[in-house]
Amino acid sequence: MNMAKEFAVPFHWRRFRERYQLIGSRCDHCKKSFYPIRVICPYCRRSGHMKDIKFSGVGKVYSYTIIRAPPEGFKEYVPYIIAIIELEEGTRILSQVVDCDPNDVKIGMKVKSCFRRIRSENDTGLVLYGFKFKPHN
Amino acid sequence: MMKFNQLRPAREVAVIGIGLTKFGEHWSMGLKELAVEAGIKAVEDAGITGNELQLVVGGNMSGGLFAGQEHGAGLLADYLGLNPVPAIRTEGACSSGGLAVRVGYLAVASGMYDFVAVGGVEKMTDVYGPQATTALSGAMDYETEAYFGATFPGIYALIAKRHMHDFGTTRRQLSLIAVKNHANALHNPFAQYRNKITAEDVEKSALVADPLRLLDCSPLTDGAATIILVPAEIAKKYTDTPIYIKASAQASDTLSLFARRNITTLDATVHAAREAYRQARIASNKINLAEVHDCFTIAEICAYEDLGFTQKGKGGKMIEEGETEIGGRIPVNTSGGLKAKGHPVGATGVAQIAELIMQLRGEAGKRQVKNAEIGLAHNVGGSGATVTVHILSNKK
Repeated sequence: MNMAKEFAVPFHWRRFRERYQLIGSRCDHCKKSFYPIRVICPYCRRSGHMKDIKFSGVGKVYSYTIIRAPPEGFKEYVPYIIAIIELEEGTRILSQVVDCDPNDVKIGMKVKSCFRRIRSENDTGLVLYGFKFKPHN
Repeated sequence: MMKFNQLRPAREVAVIGIGLTKFGEHWSMGLKELAVEAGIKAVEDAGITGNELQLVVGGNMSGGLFAGQEHGAGLLADYLGLNPVPAIRTEGACSSGGLAVRVGYLAVASGMYDFVAVGGVEKMTDVYGPQATTALSGAMDYETEAYFGATFPGIYALIAKRHMHDFGTTRRQLSLIAVKNHANALHNPFAQYRNKITAEDVEKSALVADPLRLLDCSPLTDGAATIILVPAEIAKKYTDTPIYIKASAQASDTLSLFARRNITTLDATVHAAREAYRQARIASNKINLAEVHDCFTIAEICAYEDLGFTQKGKGGKMIEEGETEIGGRIPVNTSGGLKAKGHPVGATGVAQIAELIMQLRGEAGKRQVKNAEIGLAHNVGGSGATVTVHILSNKK
């Protein structure tokens, strides 16, 4: 059985900027950056205004794991690396690390974002895309 | 910042009855049978008829994905034969039960209700493994964590990996949590797994999400728990051993783990514990025993630190030195914890309270903590977005 959660197109379409272009928010008051997009800065709330920021996509592995028991829709990718990446802007983000043997991933490893397929939905025929990260020198 | 120092209950609250189903795989019972069994046991334990009940609060995480059934509190009131008594469902992922206890507490503490049944239930074994993994992944931030293929064990594995990196926590220390909790469950007739395991067993079990292995993970469990709450001033009419709720605290944090200030500290636990100690007017070293949220072994180590039982980074040492075994400085998860007692997610927070009550009444049999007066229950939703901390005592 490989039934994954399926949603209508707008569910994914409204996230394209975040997932395709790595866009988040930056507070013009405290200058902190966030991923994903937030309307309200959790530190400054009404005193700050959020503006879009496009992250460079360069960062380091902050923590990682290797998924061996996948959720629905991810069976074909096992084993795969899930990591928290600390971007050079200081913001952290969760994604997969690819083009890397699961035995070689390490905390502190430099990585850069790339555009990849995340999974294919079943009945709707949608193929879902987004960023993943790969080793970077 | 949270401004809690003005919060006071209008009146004190006591627990007069508890009911638990056995935790495990119940082929013959669905959501409603489990909830009803625990409900009836609690009413009988409380020595009331059931006609007194004015409100039902029921914790249930995902009846929809696990059993095709939302609207769990309504179902419970219906099959308990309590209509038209109002019923409220609480949902905070794995802290749904803790939230139910808290809502029931608030209902009595406010002066609004005198007799409240607080239940929790989850029926998890009617779906297959990947579906259960998907259902539980709803406890994360779906669009930024689950979307990319993160699983719930995977999220705690990220915590474990960083905890090991920052504090030198070892694979063996994680194993010892599972070993202790299985040893405790041996003496708990309600527990799902009543078998002794060794550290080697844990370390040889299948990898789920490195470094976490199968025996680092709490299981899929069917089960239900209920407690009956009344104002403290009338509790002695119903029981010689009322147990008083001395604190009911809760805090929130980001749903996604990666957005935290620090992924090895559950800030919501720190905040909720601080508030609970303030309400109970005690320090953490006055706690005689605790039921903490060990959904994965690493979570119990973080809980030791975040509840103030030890300093940050020393949680691994605490288990290694046996401080949290029965007979140790502060026994933790005498029930077997989520790991060995089982983790029917919506029931867990209520079942933790039930274990404390058995201990504080002196009814815990072979797992009894001697002279226990004050117990703490710690229930976590997701990777720490919602946390409840309750403190109970057998002294008013």
